[in-house]
Amino acid sequence: MTNLLILGTGCPKCKKLAEHAEAAARELGLEFDLVKVTDIKAIMGFGVMMTPALVVNDEVKCAGNVPSVEEIKKMLV
Amino acid sequence: MQQLPTCGCGGSNRLVFSCSGAADTGELADRGARGIARGGAAQMACLAGLGGQVSGIVASARGAAAVLVVDGCPLDCGRRALELAGCSRIAHLRLSDIGFPKGHSPVTDEAVARVVAAGRQLINDFDKESQT
Repeated sequence: MTNLLILGTGCPKCKKLAEHAEAAARELGLEFDLVKVTDIKAIMGFGVMMTPALVVNDEVKCAGNVPSVEEIKKMLV
Repeated sequence: MQQLPTCGCGGSNRLVFSCSGAADTGELADRGARGIARGGAAQMACLAGLGGQVSGIVASARGAAAVLVVDGCPLDCGRRALELAGCSRIAHLRLSDIGFPKGHSPVTDEAVARVVAAGRQLINDFDKESQT
């Protein structure tokens, strides 16, 4: 099971990142769960300086931007 | 006080790192970077986190619109740490280049103010160039 976290307060970029991450996981045929983390203290616990951010199995893969679906697929394998 | 993460929707995400080595210029670099951050030109981030490969800090450095690194001397430890972490949009301020030689640079308020001014100018110019 691949655990995906979207760190962000729910702005348009956060939503776009969640859409792309979900699409990437589905296209790869992964079993996954995706959780949106909006609590700022929880977000800070990951050490990120900017949101949105994508965490894959406890590792922050990107922060401050929204990679394409293809770019996210590379982060998931 | 730990700084809050900035949202990517609002404006430019800029970070400042500094070396914080044993020499006088290491302290000057650190205090200068803190002054730059307090003034709002960039958010200060932790260089040790890059070296320690803390994923949130590495990802933030790579995702920033511009990164300013303040190095106290020509060893350029800060810049090297950023390059090793895969960062490419780096504005580099080396204190020995602006009249602060290692071992001969008392850390005075005036010296800190000069570093702050130089760093702020550099990251502003760098960010403008990146956008053109």
